[in-house]
Amino acid sequence: MRIICLPLIALRRLASCLLFGLVLILSAQTQGALAGPLDEAAALFAKDSFTDTARAIELLADSGAEHAGPAIEALNDRRLFVAADQSVYFRDPTGAFIALATGQKLPAEPAGGTGVRVNNRIRGAINTALGTLTLQSPDPAKRRAAAEAVFKSRSPDSETALQAAMQNEKIAAIREIQQTALAAIIATSPNRSDIDRLAAIEVLKERGDREALTPLNQIPDSASANVKDAAKAAAQTINNRLATWSAVQNAWYGVSLGSVLLLAAIGLAITFGVMGIINMAHGEMVMIGAYATFIIQEIIRQNAPGLFEYSLAIAIPAAFIIAGLIGIAMERLVIRHLYGRPLETLLATWGISLILMQAIRTLFGPTNREVGAPAFMSGSFRIGLIDITYGRVWIVGFALVVFFAVLALLRFTPLGLQMRAVTQNRRMAASMGIRTARVDALTFGLGSGIAGLAGVALSQIDNVSPNLGQSYIIDSFMVVVFGGVGNLWGTLVAALSLGIANKFLEPFAGAVLGKIALLVFIILFIQKRPRGLFALKGRAVEQ
Amino acid sequence: MTLTRRSLLASSAMAAAAATLPAIPAFAQSGDTIKVGILHSLSGTMAISETTLKDVMLMLIDEQNKKGGLLGKKLEAVVVDPASNWPLFAEKARELITQHKVAATFGCWTSVSRKSVLPVFKELNNILFYPVQYEGEESERNVFYTGAAPNQQAIPAVDYLMSKDGGEVKRWVLAGTDYVYPRTTNKILEAYLLAKGVAKEDIMINYTPFGHSDWQTIVADIKKFGSAGKKTAVVSTINGDANVPFYKELGNAGIKATDIPVVAFSVGEEELAGIDTKPLVGHLAAWNYFQSVKNPANEAFIKQWKAYKKSDKAVTNDPMEAHVIGFNMWIKAVEKAKSVAPDAVIDAIVGVEVPNLTGGISKMLPNHHITKPVLIGEIRADGQFDVVWQTKDLVPGDAWTDHLEGSKDLEADWVKLKCGNYNTKLKKCG
Amino acid sequence: MITSAILARLDLRGRLFLGAILAALILVPVLNLVVPAGSPLHVPTWLVSLLGKYLCYAILALALDLVWGYCGILSLGHGAFFALGGYAMGMYLMRQIGTRGVYGHPVLPDFMVFLNWKELPWFWYGFDMFPFALLMVFLAPGILAFVFGWFAFRSRVTGVYLSIITQALTYALMLAFFRNDMGFGGNNGLTDFKDIVGFPVQAQGTRVALFALTLIALAGSYILARAIVTSKAGKVLVAIRDAESRTRFLGFRVERYKLFVFTLSAMMAGLAGALYVPQVGIINPSEFAPGNSIEVVIWVAVGGRGTLVGAAIGAVLVNFAKTTFTTGALAPYWLFALGALFVLTTLYMPKGVIGTYAEWREKRRERASLAAHAASKPAE
Repeated sequence: MRIICLPLIALRRLASCLLFGLVLILSAQTQGALAGPLDEAAALFAKDSFTDTARAIELLADSGAEHAGPAIEALNDRRLFVAADQSVYFRDPTGAFIALATGQKLPAEPAGGTGVRVNNRIRGAINTALGTLTLQSPDPAKRRAAAEAVFKSRSPDSETALQAAMQNEKIAAIREIQQTALAAIIATSPNRSDIDRLAAIEVLKERGDREALTPLNQIPDSASANVKDAAKAAAQTINNRLATWSAVQNAWYGVSLGSVLLLAAIGLAITFGVMGIINMAHGEMVMIGAYATFIIQEIIRQNAPGLFEYSLAIAIPAAFIIAGLIGIAMERLVIRHLYGRPLETLLATWGISLILMQAIRTLFGPTNREVGAPAFMSGSFRIGLIDITYGRVWIVGFALVVFFAVLALLRFTPLGLQMRAVTQNRRMAASMGIRTARVDALTFGLGSGIAGLAGVALSQIDNVSPNLGQSYIIDSFMVVVFGGVGNLWGTLVAALSLGIANKFLEPFAGAVLGKIALLVFIILFIQKRPRGLFALKGRAVEQ
Repeated sequence: MTLTRRSLLASSAMAAAAATLPAIPAFAQSGDTIKVGILHSLSGTMAISETTLKDVMLMLIDEQNKKGGLLGKKLEAVVVDPASNWPLFAEKARELITQHKVAATFGCWTSVSRKSVLPVFKELNNILFYPVQYEGEESERNVFYTGAAPNQQAIPAVDYLMSKDGGEVKRWVLAGTDYVYPRTTNKILEAYLLAKGVAKEDIMINYTPFGHSDWQTIVADIKKFGSAGKKTAVVSTINGDANVPFYKELGNAGIKATDIPVVAFSVGEEELAGIDTKPLVGHLAAWNYFQSVKNPANEAFIKQWKAYKKSDKAVTNDPMEAHVIGFNMWIKAVEKAKSVAPDAVIDAIVGVEVPNLTGGISKMLPNHHITKPVLIGEIRADGQFDVVWQTKDLVPGDAWTDHLEGSKDLEADWVKLKCGNYNTKLKKCG
Repeated sequence: MITSAILARLDLRGRLFLGAILAALILVPVLNLVVPAGSPLHVPTWLVSLLGKYLCYAILALALDLVWGYCGILSLGHGAFFALGGYAMGMYLMRQIGTRGVYGHPVLPDFMVFLNWKELPWFWYGFDMFPFALLMVFLAPGILAFVFGWFAFRSRVTGVYLSIITQALTYALMLAFFRNDMGFGGNNGLTDFKDIVGFPVQAQGTRVALFALTLIALAGSYILARAIVTSKAGKVLVAIRDAESRTRFLGFRVERYKLFVFTLSAMMAGLAGALYVPQVGIINPSEFAPGNSIEVVIWVAVGGRGTLVGAAIGAVLVNFAKTTFTTGALAPYWLFALGALFVLTTLYMPKGVIGTYAEWREKRRERASLAAHAASKPAE
């Protein structure tokens, strides 16, 4: 069938092309001459096999037709269709339908259109093609992305286009990327002179990051021995530099893990450290904070999608208030009856944690809920040779802000003063006119509210599910105990040092053994200093 | 003996109370229904995956009753909650069989829960339908495995990635949670890859604990491993909960599917419902079913499910399809045997064919596994999958893999050999 | 004579408790083995196993009550000792499988065969012999408790800190046992047991015998614990619980008492674990989960802390509730019930079921005597 059909279609297409060519002289000059590859591409797209699609993209990219770029972009976004009559068309961003073979607007969408399928291989081909096509785009961001794409694909086909683009490039940073891209092509493609190759290797060595290693590892076998040696030496230099930077990287990972621990533990440092309540429901407060974020985002998605970028900013007070109120309710209803019996608070709060978990499961279902990241939190930037993701930076910053805010609150506000007074000597404080019951409720509410804040941050990196809190409760206790109960600075130091130690252990001990080693370390450390890193001194600590 | 009369009296009263204990939970047995046990965790860590399976079973049973029940009787679901606690699974299984007298049980998710209830089903001679993809290396007379064995998921996925369409991957990261399914799957894959000529240094194996949430180091390692110049892919057997932070970290680190594709065996529509999938477009999953598969049977099922859940957002996934197949097979076998007696059903069910939801006809094999198609899907921006590759025919499930030293000589056949682990070399069972 | 010596140490509650155990020891096997299955008095075998499981928990709760109720050490890691005892027994049961495993390997358990292990790790040696395994049931948890306690009590880690580090201990062990490289079967644990000292574990007779053994172990543990708490050393333990520093200043070597009772309690927990494994048929690292250990504390609290009998009753009650509530329509809500139980117990019954009952009876007696007093007055 197809064998008979194809020439027929091609013929008809050619005819229509010529017709357009007569009417529109401008396009006739380019299109009339290039109808061949475009038609062939269309026929290949219609075959619905990835190999043919990939070939079609190449043809399209080489055709030089004006709409080749938009068409390939359309394929990437699944806006390229094959109609029932095997003609191929795409929808441009304005919603108009354009025939692939001619580049002309169609009066209406052809019948029976099915999208051309895309997979990773096709996406790779698209990136390469777009990279070549957009190398000279007027938009600098596009040019940069195009140069990066060529650097990644290392396709020799892009070389001419790349060189042409370098001639015209005004921005130095983009030129540099283009240069490394060219170097990558020269280093890895066959039949190059040693001098060119050595120069290319030098350029790659200059770039010196992990991406530069890939072309250096791919010098073709046909290259001469001294080129291979130079590549090896360059790779060695880069590896050495990476090894040095990997310590920095581990430290950063450690800080970012530590800040997560810190966030989870600050609330506990107040309820457990200051008030002496073994709050097993602490993890559930974190979870409630994460669900509050989910609810806020859901409301925003439905009512005001434009506010999505601010959803986390709105979620922060909401999570604080919701978790805080639940905390106050818990304190008023249950915990206030248990003061002076710390171990029994453990039982009651464990019971509460079961109830809260099951309540959330009943209300929201047992499955994970989606909490999205605003644009400013996704992506990464580079310092030296390490990539740092924006999301983690925000979390580290957020943890520190929360920490210092709590510190300031305890130090400089009347409420903080009253809190400290009540924990140090309850009866004396009561005699001085402090309403201890109110202070207790507020302190517990504060601790819970901060746990809620931790939930907002954790919703960005972890599951939002009823089990969320369970995975942080033990770690939080370890941090507080290691740092010394009742000392916020201790919590900070403990969280960061456990985080960093964990990340330095992980590369060679593995994630599990590293964690076990740290737990054993904490157990031993507590033997040595039974009251943690920074112990409170004085009478208050005895019982 | 100085036992007082009073204490003796009281203690015998207590013992008598203990003796009447069975009367309490044993509810009135009504003779006019056939009971079906549902053994899925509704609380604890596994509730996240298992709760929907319970709902599917309730829906299927409901549907069957609307069609007039089975053998002229109504079906009655008995739901128990083993609470993600493995000894409780065994206890609940025993309760279903001995107290509620269920005709068959549909349940379990994790391998350990299946291992925990196995002896109970064997001892009391009842039937379990197990709907989840698993590590294989097992074939029991009383268990029917409707999920994928490794040859129905892992190996085709690797084949696809090695093909031209899959990107001709040369370098492999096998990342998994440290438990038996990833361990076994990775062992099989490693043997398979080595046999395919992949060099040992081109395979990296990494294990993480359950619920691992800080993936920074491992994602960085994967990036590092992928920069060696050869096309690299990650085969992920990371378990449920840990996937979300893993994918979030991948997205943040900017690893795109075109650079280093990740093919997962435990990530389905349900798991993706909890993630923003836009950064993940193009990463892959291998299953025997995707919600996006277009065919009338599947569309009808999805419609029914959405109506049952009263939610337009409800998603379907592979283990749900496995329950659909398993349930329909059981119904057919019971009708064929004209009895719900386990022995009769076990004999009748082998060879039973029912349509699956991807357009084929699945068949129960003598090794108690079923034939299934293998589909490779790429994640779409809307949390669904695009099927990019699929086997031409259905693949029969293989209980004992050919790629491991200990099991390549073993064979399971409950019809002719009456044995789940027949050693073809020694010509004997066990 | 010995009986009378034991009974002399017991109060009425203890005698009732032992009487109940004795009655169950006779009645349950008879009702199971002799009474025909159709009879309403027949105790089915599944119930025997279920009761056996509850009784194992009761021993564990008793062990915890000994350290918490009488010495003030709130261990959040008793599940670890229980699981270690269970693993020791599980390893014995695994070795008993022999060639009956699916791969038919004479020495290696199945999970080692399919993970390509070539030989048995050294720590599995000896577990094919029952006496050795039995020894390890006591030694493994005992040594761990001894070493842990020796460090912790000597450096005077007390109260909340001790609780938290016991929790860290069981958490670390859980992570370790989850690792497949450890050689304990990872997450799947040890399962599919065939027989124990030559008897098939699934058989009715074995189950009844295991149940009876568990009862005897419970009685033995109770008598031992009771002997300790009523001895002179027991008084010191209570003194430590109520005022540790003061006891130390009086010249008692506090850490020695603590270490002794902690180690003994860990061994009891290990015994409970060893009896538990053949009856439930599986041991897996989730037994080390910190949540499990907290649950044990709650059983003790529900039953009545510092009463021994109460701990055992609390364990049985809570687990019976768990069995009942996890079936049928109530299943999704049982966590609410469990959670509420913990909250309400701590709030309204701080002394547990036993303590509250005793209090109530005391009050009634007082009222009765008051009433009697009042009644006798007008006659005057």
